[in-house]
Amino acid sequence: MSRQMTGARMVVQALKDQGVDVVFGYPGGAVLPIYDEIFQQNDIRHILVRHEQGAVHMAEGYARSTGKPGVVLVTSGPGATNAVTGLTDALMDSIPIVCLTGQVPTFMIGTDGFQEADTVGITRPCTKHNWLVKDTNKLADTIHQAFHVATRGRPGPVLIDIPKDVQFATGTYSAPRETKLGHYQPKVKGDLARITELVALMEKAERPVFYTGGGVINSGPGASQLLRELADATGFPVTSTLMGLGAYPASGKNWIGMLGMHGLYEANLAMHGCDLMINLGARFDDRITGRIADFSPKSKKAHVDIDPSSINKVIHVDIPITGDVGHVLEDLIKVWKSRGRKVNKDGLAKWWSQIEQWKLKRCLSYKNSDKVIKPQYALQRLEELTRGRDRYITTEVGQHQMWAAQYLGFDAPNRWMTSGGLGTMGYGFPASIGVQIAHPDALVICVAGEASWLMNMQEMGTATQFRTPVKQFILNNERLGMVRQWQQLLHGERYSHSWSESLPDFVKLAEAFGWKGIQCSDPKDLDAAIMEMIDYDGPVLFDCLVEKHENCFPMIPSGKPHNEMLLGDASTEGAIQAGGAVLV
Amino acid sequence: MSALKIKKGASSHSAYDLRDPNAEVIGSHTLAVLVDNEAGVLARVIGLFSGRGYNIESLTVAEVDHEGHRSRITVVTTGTAAVVEQIKAQLGRLVPVHDVHDLTVEGPSVERELALFKVAGTGEKRVEALRLADIFRANVVDSTLESFVFEITGTPEKIDAFAELMRPLGLVDVARTGVAALARGA
Repeated sequence: MSRQMTGARMVVQALKDQGVDVVFGYPGGAVLPIYDEIFQQNDIRHILVRHEQGAVHMAEGYARSTGKPGVVLVTSGPGATNAVTGLTDALMDSIPIVCLTGQVPTFMIGTDGFQEADTVGITRPCTKHNWLVKDTNKLADTIHQAFHVATRGRPGPVLIDIPKDVQFATGTYSAPRETKLGHYQPKVKGDLARITELVALMEKAERPVFYTGGGVINSGPGASQLLRELADATGFPVTSTLMGLGAYPASGKNWIGMLGMHGLYEANLAMHGCDLMINLGARFDDRITGRIADFSPKSKKAHVDIDPSSINKVIHVDIPITGDVGHVLEDLIKVWKSRGRKVNKDGLAKWWSQIEQWKLKRCLSYKNSDKVIKPQYALQRLEELTRGRDRYITTEVGQHQMWAAQYLGFDAPNRWMTSGGLGTMGYGFPASIGVQIAHPDALVICVAGEASWLMNMQEMGTATQFRTPVKQFILNNERLGMVRQWQQLLHGERYSHSWSESLPDFVKLAEAFGWKGIQCSDPKDLDAAIMEMIDYDGPVLFDCLVEKHENCFPMIPSGKPHNEMLLGDASTEGAIQAGGAVLV
Repeated sequence: MSALKIKKGASSHSAYDLRDPNAEVIGSHTLAVLVDNEAGVLARVIGLFSGRGYNIESLTVAEVDHEGHRSRITVVTTGTAAVVEQIKAQLGRLVPVHDVHDLTVEGPSVERELALFKVAGTGEKRVEALRLADIFRANVVDSTLESFVFEITGTPEKIDAFAELMRPLGLVDVARTGVAALARGA
């Protein structure tokens, strides 16, 4: 193979050498040379999306369900700006994405050329790093570096902007092993003295809790395995953020459910009342902490994070450990075992009986109905009928997302794809296509609300074209449910623009794209309808008409601490006060 | 003005740092940031400050190693100890950043700034300006019959003091470089 080649061929060669098997993209003037190269090969599969935002969310679904970086290819100008929401989403949730954008030729940069945008300028704050490549000889190196940066340390999106003349020009290709990766080598091993300090606290703790996050998933399946080993050996309870679901199995004996604004009563009270909090790869997000001043006031806190800037950002911790969760857990287990596997058995027994007391609140109970489908019931049936299958779940953003997190159980990592940090409506449907591309034989379900789902519905064509049998399970309440809930609690029940007007006939819409459409409104028909969706060999749009005014509980109102949760409709009056009202 | 008035947060006056790291005292910190001299690196650093709501009091940047393509950015910022720690961590995770040092807390350091002052006037004011410039060891780098341009080097406080004195004497224009700083000792 000649090492001299055009920039466009280099792009394809570098992707192959990086082990890329699929690219999500959309062609345009400034990437035509690269598309010409894609046309002339068969190793890399190209998934033609219908909108560039969809491409990035698909790549995110692909990345999160495989642990490999997702690759996006779009054109200059609008192609790049359309990708911005997806890049920001990936940055917030630490998803490795490599985004290649076309650019006007170097000699036209700065002239306001056709489809010119300052792509590296626009994406600088929403990528982990980005590059504008002006010399074909540097293109291959830059792509290899981009994969390195996207996947090392805290993963994230990177972008390479490639002017069209750089794609046409000939240069020398360098393989990944010949590339100098520079000084970017984040530390993965935690400080052993600090780890030992933490073990000493774990041996004495009366009320410990593991607070786990997306970092455990990003660290790889090995980290989830170590977490299970440690939790089961110590008997400490485990709660998780939205992003960390599946790292510890929902069926595990130490699982106390998701925490946070819509987390479980027992999980939040355990966080509030613990004496030792062990944060593994979570970042004290505001959805988790509630009012900072009252966050877990009596606990010693340890924080394991690969990103030093996450530590002491929001909550001051007693034992900061910078490192990869998997590496730190490995050392932690070693030290704990070598010191005699000690735990405070009496303290733990009391702690668990307290947690069992809290569980008796049955905070997820709701009033079911035999007339109308309750959204919680729909998810319970979905869980019941799909559990044990090779199942992947994505979600859109809103009430349905929180209900899905509450009522679906995840026993393995990388099975749950949701937009946590950015809260991007329109994420779930394209993400489900990305997951299905990576796992063609799996059952991939997007739990959606009708409003979120419509935001990227153009990707129906993509699903049809690439025969991805994704199941879109839409909990249709004809409302922007979460917005409506906040307006009810906070804005005197003035429901300003929070209903879905002029909705399409979803069954006909499905048929128009060659999908199967199912509508269900009667609880008695629900099981059969869900089975019909699962058994159908192809994409399904499931229009599940649910109760329109159901609120999502439990809920920690804005500006309140964990121990002031709302459990149901009776207790919501005046729940959010002036101070909390300004919070999101 | 008391001779013992020590600026909070600045250790250039003392080898001892007696501040409580958790105290909510807002202090001035001089950060030295070593970066790859690549396109956009300054925009990354500045964007980080504006995007996360941190202050920049002064900023200087120039390539310091031509072969290694390294630049040194000196930023003077203000914040509580916790905020400055966060700024350091945020800077540290930018890919082209090699090293971040908080010269204010990491031991004694020297800080210097260069400034040019244009002072216009005639008669007694002109003589007085020249006399004060001599006391401050400022050099005359341009002169006409009605004006001087002085060049002065020193700590930002010294330059502030010189500016105060020049104002009534016909100060027309000032150009300041911002602080450059190095740790003392080997």
